Amino acid sequence: MSQKRLLARFAGPAVLLGAVLAAALVGAIMLAALGANPWTAYKALIEGAFGSVDAMADSALKAMPLLLVGVGISIAFRAGVINIGGEGQIIAGALLSTMTALALPDLPRIVLIPLVLVVGAVGGGIWGGIAGALKAYAGVNEILSTIMLNIIAVQIMNLLLRGPLIDPGEIERGSHIPQTERLSENADFPIMPGGTRLHLGVIIAILAAVVGYILLFRTTQGLRLRAVGHNPHASRYAGMPVKRNVVMALVYSGAFSGLAGVVLVFGSLGHRLTTDGGATTFTGAAGFNGIVAALFGGLHPLWTIPASFLFGGLLVGANAMQRAVQVPAALILALNGLIVVFVVSSIRARERLATWASEMRVEDESSPPEPPDPDRELVPETPG
Amino acid sequence: MSEFFTISVLVATVASGIRLATPFLLAALGETLGQRSGVLNLGVEGVMLLGAFGAYYTTLETENTLAGILVGVGIGIVMGVLYGVVTLAFKAEQGISGIGIFIFGLGFSDLLFQSQVGTPLPIDRLSELEIPVLSEIKWVGEMFFQQHALVYVAFLLVPTMWYLINRTTFGLNVRAVGETPEAADSLGVSVDRTRYAAIIIGNALAGLAGAALALELGIFQQNLTNGHGFIAIALVYFGAWRPSRVMAGALFFGMVSATVLQWKTLGIVQGTTASVVAMSPAVLTIVVLVFVSRRIGAPSALTRPFDRGR
Repeated sequence: MSQKRLLARFAGPAVLLGAVLAAALVGAIMLAALGANPWTAYKALIEGAFGSVDAMADSALKAMPLLLVGVGISIAFRAGVINIGGEGQIIAGALLSTMTALALPDLPRIVLIPLVLVVGAVGGGIWGGIAGALKAYAGVNEILSTIMLNIIAVQIMNLLLRGPLIDPGEIERGSHIPQTERLSENADFPIMPGGTRLHLGVIIAILAAVVGYILLFRTTQGLRLRAVGHNPHASRYAGMPVKRNVVMALVYSGAFSGLAGVVLVFGSLGHRLTTDGGATTFTGAAGFNGIVAALFGGLHPLWTIPASFLFGGLLVGANAMQRAVQVPAALILALNGLIVVFVVSSIRARERLATWASEMRVEDESSPPEPPDPDRELVPETPG
Repeated sequence: MSEFFTISVLVATVASGIRLATPFLLAALGETLGQRSGVLNLGVEGVMLLGAFGAYYTTLETENTLAGILVGVGIGIVMGVLYGVVTLAFKAEQGISGIGIFIFGLGFSDLLFQSQVGTPLPIDRLSELEIPVLSEIKWVGEMFFQQHALVYVAFLLVPTMWYLINRTTFGLNVRAVGETPEAADSLGVSVDRTRYAAIIIGNALAGLAGAALALELGIFQQNLTNGHGFIAIALVYFGAWRPSRVMAGALFFGMVSATVLQWKTLGIVQGTTASVVAMSPAVLTIVVLVFVSRRIGAPSALTRPFDRGR
């Protein structure tokens, strides 16, 4: 194997590492500008994220919604659909599963937990499917519709939690905090053995990533989704129902985000759904950070597992950093945005390296041809 | 409901609708120019947030709204250069890099606000600039000629932008590189230079839009824009890439927001219906997009990076 081909093979991981390092450098400049010592800040960040078993468990907890959203994002992006509606789909899943648990509190745990998971996935799937149908049958740009559906979902949540779903105790006390009553204990996610706060959600999230992988790479449906994302015109000539696949991509994508909503509600410390009027306090911006994790995982559900753990860790570490150097944790959201920009900016460079290496291969006739890199078309074209 | 339909309330509502349309209009005009050159900028929301914070903070510190406005525009220009490098030099996929800019703006404006200000201190809002003579006219004066300076700027930009796009060499180049960059290139028009200019002007207007929003509200908070930037992008589709129609869309959204606010003040809507009210612009955007999306003729090269020799 020639040196250049080795280089091309490691271009992907190197580019990702470069993106993180570049973002870390920008972050260091910001920290210094805000009067904090970057070294102390980053040390606190990393220790807070991965410094102990408890810290790692917290990072894994934070990673769950990112992973679930990220798996959905991988499916959508590979199908050529840009789903920015993670926030709304999380809320849709959370609301529908919360209502189910409120309506059927006495179901035994073995029935209730699977039920809320399914209902949550359906809720997110419907919310994603609306955007899918709007795109397929009315030509509405899904980026805009999913953003608008996020705003609508938040307001529906506010409406329901201030009205029909509010804890009756809040009305009696006159405090009117917009939240549900404590949900049925039968729906509490069991805590994993080991003495940390880790709960069932972590298994659900990893299983979901495996399911997402199988769906995308081991089924005909997944092949169709990827084909439509790769070249919708060719797919249409090959007889694929392109419109239905666009809808399905957003349904699947939304379903995984809906699961994230279920995990956020039933794995929460308060075991209830509460709102402060906005989305991010409940979702932790997982609908957006999940995009970052998915892009970082190369839009591959299994690689999104470590990527989510990394970004979950950054979010947990950010709070430790805030305590150590008094720089707001919002820094991490800003850096995540930069990582997205850096990663997409470097894709062209990666492609060039790959082309360069394949030209080398022609000269180097002794080696057998290699299969095409499945990660090559990483990012879908934006529809106009 | 009857208290809404009195002349004075209706006049006040129209006046406030025009004011509320201003940030939409500024951002959408900028986005129109960028898209006519073939570049989709989904980062408008993020740039608006940064511009809004810049304007807010500068005004808070200097008590000078003009300085605030200039800082907002300056931030927009910086972001425009950055977005130009990302999409033109690195040819990054425009949809996703725009989302990256949005996330960055959302996080960075919040970071700066929390670390530099902390509590939402109010600032001086833009003062009304009464146009001599015209502002004296009954009702009409109150509606159109007792607004703050940025309102006039935004609406004067509509014919300016039309002229720029349709009657200048620069505009011809913008349209050429947005439709067939290869042909434009072969005739000696620099595709990249034209697109850089369009993107930078577009982002400067997004920064100005953010400044207008912050100085209109006299406040900053996390996610102040709450979808304004994305609605502005929708308005470009709604307006079929023409400044005058974009203005019509912005006015429509401004009027709806103003009506809803007025109803809230008058107590016509209250309690949980406030949520219905808050989601109405988003619902409206989707409905509008359903009706306009089929008939639009987007610039042919929109989102397509230009590679010489390919």
